[in-house]
Amino acid sequence: MSQNYYQKEIETMPVEEMKKLQSDKLVKQVKHVYDNVPYYRDLMDQKGVKPEDIKGIEDLYKLPFLTKADLRDAYPYGLLAKPLEDCVRIQSTSGTTGRRVVAFYTQKDIDLWEDCCARAIVAAGGTKADVCQVAYGYGLFTGGPGLNGGSHRVGCLTLPMSSGNTERQIQFMMDLNATIICCTPSYAAYIGESLKEQGYKPEDIPLKAGIFGAEPWTEEMRRGIEQTLGIKAYDIYGLTETSGPGVSFECSEQTGMHINEDHFLAEIIDPETGEVLPEGEKGELVFTSLDKEAFPLLRYRTRDICVLSRKKCSCGRTLIKMAKPMGRTDDMLIIRGVNVFPSQIETVLLNEGYQPNYQIIVDRENNTDTFDVNVEMNPEQFTDKVSQILAMEKSLANAMKTMLGINPKIHLVAPKSIVRSEGKAVRVIDKRKLI
Amino acid sequence: MSIKQLTVFVENKQGTMVAITDTLAKHNVNIRALSIAETEAFGILRLIVNDEKTAEKILSEEGYLIKITDVIGVKIGDEPGKLSAALGVLDRARINLEYLYAFMSRTEKHAYVVLRVEDNAAAEAELVGAGFHLIADADVLKL
Repeated sequence: MSQNYYQKEIETMPVEEMKKLQSDKLVKQVKHVYDNVPYYRDLMDQKGVKPEDIKGIEDLYKLPFLTKADLRDAYPYGLLAKPLEDCVRIQSTSGTTGRRVVAFYTQKDIDLWEDCCARAIVAAGGTKADVCQVAYGYGLFTGGPGLNGGSHRVGCLTLPMSSGNTERQIQFMMDLNATIICCTPSYAAYIGESLKEQGYKPEDIPLKAGIFGAEPWTEEMRRGIEQTLGIKAYDIYGLTETSGPGVSFECSEQTGMHINEDHFLAEIIDPETGEVLPEGEKGELVFTSLDKEAFPLLRYRTRDICVLSRKKCSCGRTLIKMAKPMGRTDDMLIIRGVNVFPSQIETVLLNEGYQPNYQIIVDRENNTDTFDVNVEMNPEQFTDKVSQILAMEKSLANAMKTMLGINPKIHLVAPKSIVRSEGKAVRVIDKRKLI
Repeated sequence: MSIKQLTVFVENKQGTMVAITDTLAKHNVNIRALSIAETEAFGILRLIVNDEKTAEKILSEEGYLIKITDVIGVKIGDEPGKLSAALGVLDRARINLEYLYAFMSRTEKHAYVVLRVEDNAAAEAELVGAGFHLIADADVLKL
């Protein structure tokens, strides 16, 4: 398959050159922020760091972090680095975890963001001959505007559908031969089911690719969407705080997302100590905006847990890759010194043929953490033989040990026996906190 | 010829057993034989009842995990050496026994043994061949 790039020089740039480029941009960006954002200048002063201490990306670790709490404290203008009259756009988060985040954009910021989305569309096989249906929400949410802009830059015929009204989505898709769809994976699955119900087979659907993001989804879900729609499904990642979708995107290899690291410098840190971790280690993803003018966040802690990799990619891109986030630092448990995420347990359960109905119970006995996981059995797994149930528990514990690095005690329980409050099961009971 | 055993998953905590037996009593289900295998966390209750369909329905409705398993019921004389003779038949045929439990008849001077093996057909053939009388679900009602 021939490889297409939107900005080949950047996307296939030798790593050393990229690092040089990042260093040059970082030095300028730190000065820009220090001079224009009193909030961050105070943080740097408190840490005793001056802009001249940052000579390249090797000095990045010296800079203070920004967190969601800083964004709340500085709301709405506290992190703005350009006069308002130079800004042309605001986008905002849903505000589900507290106060909304408002992000400001200059025209240049919009241009760079749309370039990032264009790279994602081209990596998914998009060209000017394509019809791109954007079914992300439009408005304050970044999904619609970002992919819409990217689609224009690639030269696709853009269908600005926004989300919802599935009947109309299907009508436009079929009548106007949409070849690429951009939306959340759950909406893609829903559209797929609706098409199936209406009797459309994958080969009747004109789509060839989908670019899906803005929410967590599993490999299983990807395969399902690919089958019902007859497409290749590509992951895309982003956050309003840095720009929106397009911070990273998947290529045809589908083994992680290439970060647009000429604009967004990525680090992985230990969420407990803040220490920078070497490539390949799992930790919290931190981004530094290298080019943003209006809302340039330095060392912003995303709270997403993931891994970075510079392994050579078959698509030819040299941009560093990030794994799909495995969880949020908010959910992280530390058991016997090991970081454990409920999402990892969920993955093991799905792989081993269980429903993700479980409860983690952590306690402390004789100064050692105990780690128990109750898992609901499927009715068809139930057997009259005790030995078989014990063997199932043991095999599940081994699979968890492989994934987590520590051994839980598994207890198979009856279906629906794990207490649900308002339909949602309580996933973690950490009794250690009571002590 | 086999009989239906009702298997119930029970959490190992106070009050679980009495809740199950209460439910069965309320619906007039009579227990002919039972055995329980327990671990630290859970138990597996095995029941031979007069009406396994009703028992399955009402316990399922109460949220219990239920499985119906075919087991073998063997009639043996209530005297020393009879159980051993029956088990000897299986042993010589290299049929592995998963578990067993026994009960007495109210009317006859016989005992009954419930056997759980991997291959019912093979075990049945061996036992019948050795002259043992196996019981069916219909027989359970009369015991």
